[in-house]
Amino acid sequence: MFEIRIHSRGGQGGVTAARLLAMAALHDGKYATACPFYGAERRGAPVVSFVRIDDHPIKVYSQIRDPDLVVVLDASVMETVDVLHGLKKGGRVLINSAHRPEFAGYTTFNVDLTGIALKEKLVVAGSPILNTPVLGALAKMGIVSVDSAKTAIREMFTDERNVKAAEATYVEMSA
Amino acid sequence: MFCQELVIIAEIPKEEYIEKCTSACAGCSSSLTLRYVLKAAGHDSVLVVPACCTSVIQGAYPNTAMNVPVYNVAFASAAACASGMSEAFLEMGKKTHVIVYAGDGGTLDIGIQSMSGAFERGTDFLYICYDNEAYGNTGMQRSGATPLGAKTTTTPTGKTVEKKDIDAIVAAHHLEYMATACSAYPQDIYKKVTKALTFRGPTFIHILAPCPPGWRYPTEKTIEMGKLAVKSGMWVLYEREHGKLTISAPSKAAMKKPLPLEDYLAPQGRFKGIDAKSLEILKQHLAANLKKLTAEEAQP
Amino acid sequence: MKKIATGNKAVAEAVKQAWPRVVAAYPITPQTEIVETIADYVTSGQMKSRYIPVESEHSAMAACIGASITGVRTFTATSAHGLLYMHEMTNWAAGARLPIVMVNVNRSLGPGWNIWAEHTDAMQERDTGWLQVYVSTVQEAYDTTLMAFRIAEHNDVLLPVMVNLDGFSLSHIMQPLDTVEPGDFIPPIHLPHAIDTKNPTGYGGLTMPDQHFLFRWDIERSMRDAGRVIAATEKDFARRFGRSYGPTENYRCEDADVILIAMGTFGKEAEVAIDILRKEGIKAGSMRLRWFRPFPKLDLAGKEVVVIDRDYSFGYGGIVAGEIKAKNHCEVYSVIAGLGGQEVTYDDMAEFVRTRRMGGEFWFGVTGNV
Repeated sequence: MFEIRIHSRGGQGGVTAARLLAMAALHDGKYATACPFYGAERRGAPVVSFVRIDDHPIKVYSQIRDPDLVVVLDASVMETVDVLHGLKKGGRVLINSAHRPEFAGYTTFNVDLTGIALKEKLVVAGSPILNTPVLGALAKMGIVSVDSAKTAIREMFTDERNVKAAEATYVEMSA
Repeated sequence: MFCQELVIIAEIPKEEYIEKCTSACAGCSSSLTLRYVLKAAGHDSVLVVPACCTSVIQGAYPNTAMNVPVYNVAFASAAACASGMSEAFLEMGKKTHVIVYAGDGGTLDIGIQSMSGAFERGTDFLYICYDNEAYGNTGMQRSGATPLGAKTTTTPTGKTVEKKDIDAIVAAHHLEYMATACSAYPQDIYKKVTKALTFRGPTFIHILAPCPPGWRYPTEKTIEMGKLAVKSGMWVLYEREHGKLTISAPSKAAMKKPLPLEDYLAPQGRFKGIDAKSLEILKQHLAANLKKLTAEEAQP
Repeated sequence: MKKIATGNKAVAEAVKQAWPRVVAAYPITPQTEIVETIADYVTSGQMKSRYIPVESEHSAMAACIGASITGVRTFTATSAHGLLYMHEMTNWAAGARLPIVMVNVNRSLGPGWNIWAEHTDAMQERDTGWLQVYVSTVQEAYDTTLMAFRIAEHNDVLLPVMVNLDGFSLSHIMQPLDTVEPGDFIPPIHLPHAIDTKNPTGYGGLTMPDQHFLFRWDIERSMRDAGRVIAATEKDFARRFGRSYGPTENYRCEDADVILIAMGTFGKEAEVAIDILRKEGIKAGSMRLRWFRPFPKLDLAGKEVVVIDRDYSFGYGGIVAGEIKAKNHCEVYSVIAGLGGQEVTYDDMAEFVRTRRMGGEFWFGVTGNV
């Protein structure tokens, strides 16, 4: 079972990203579950969502304790949250950032999702949309296939800019 | 006036929807009221009855004195139950009348929330509150409808606060039709129920129903008590249609020269020994109410 | 069609397909998504029904009662305090023999305010005459909601059915969902005692001591028949749509010496714990209790049984453990875990089994408990 923890802030689309990822995995012929952790958080507060992907039906409901991959949609949460907590030895970190931080013992990936969203004019109520571009990054990392990622995005959104942003991310990110 | 009443009496159907086998107390005016309510409503009607005297009056299983379906339901829930029933009938394309027949406890007190909700949602039903000004079914405890100074088993020295103005509360829901009535005026009840049932949406009739054991007067005086309530001005009959108030004929006549309030209170054991201060407040409020209603009616 | 849905959305989808003509409901976390979705179906014309936005849960159940007695299919959903607020009316619905279907999203009760999963809310409805089923996946929530209408409305049952989903852990999780075309799986409703103004009848009036108990016995008789109707319904569902359930879901129980029993999502995650224990050489199996009313006959004779209760009866013990002890000749170790959304993992569950003290009670996470 492959376990992913997504860190974001309330309202940034972490839950939707988890849902899209699970849908994409389903299109890859896998089993997947996505679950936000519902706390008492409000808009702007750090939140986490979980995604599990497996070849077999998933029976686990408890929170992910030792993820294989941590996705950080908003690097500023790292000031208050230990995003590496429980990350498996040799696990991967994907950060929305123009710069690549170094985490000893882990493989780090970075891509400027915010910049891509702004470039693709993927902005709602003044905030760049990160949940569709990030699918491009996850596809580049081989978590889901590019085709499934696009299908999942199209199932949820009619605006093609979402797909374009995911494609742009796929191209821009160095795996 | 006399001729008009004759016409209405002739109009009232002979069909009976309450058989002469109820378990009502002797001199019960609420069952008399219900007789005329049902004559106006006709056979394609369902009564929704929360806990109240009517729960008992209709008779015990497997018998019933009623010739329309009666749906008995928990105390606080009559209007909500009627909501569901009314929506279901509409969904099925049926024109069946849904009528809540609830006491003052089920209306002013425990049932006020569900009634308010049903009114606010625009439920197509008629809500009738028959008001004997106390919890009659449990042996006369005070209710929100008990008047100031009246003795009940839970206000043994007389109630120290006033009757809740449920009509003002209902009026705030802006129903297309609401009215007051009194068991001593069956033609008036018949007329108002018939009219209420012509409206789509919620309608409300508040009917004063004197209660011999509760008010402590001889059973044969049950009509007289209702008449005295109206003639003294303590109870005013009116209709409010699309917000426009019309005082009904019996009250209009009474308001020209109301009988002294004491004429109404004196025959009732529940007001025996009422203190002078309470009596004065009752009188003041009676006068103020008549003035208010007269002024409202005079508005264009 | 395969898709991803939350437990709440799956319920709403099943309700749309079962097509109750009247839905009366009041929002409450974590159930709100169900009623919002249904209200949207009704408003957009996808579901030609009447949605009554009542002012309370007491009124939600009262409105369902009023609608149901006219002979139409009815539905509501609630959770926790909402369920308790309608408690008077849930009794009325069962006593009036109305096949109302309700989805209850299990949540704890205040104080303090806690919106996470716990089964105490539904357990407090245990003796009302409602059938109760606890589901563990989004798919099962959908399938069971469809089946609930057929079971409730079966004329050998005519009792309301409550489908229970764990708050958040199932109501909000996104899992694959395969929807079906129910076709004639749910036959048209026929309520034999529906209101008929041409044949006026009294309902629920005064019933004297020489009669009342007969109505209560009649509920019990139907509750006993319900087991058969449930089995037949599930069998037909499996035949048509290929998914079968049962009163319990048993996992590696055949040769097990110790059985781990839980309801809802814990009951599913318990299977992971069983695999761990089996690898250690412990002959363990799990039994997920699905139907709670009518309470199924369990084959537990001679077994050691570890029961996880996500509920409690103060001054008595875990409610499920108590029921199992009362109905079976077996030794029980009672674990109280998961109250108010307390995190319980498959590792924790495996540990409950390893460290079992038969006949004892253990409150998970409470330090110094005996």
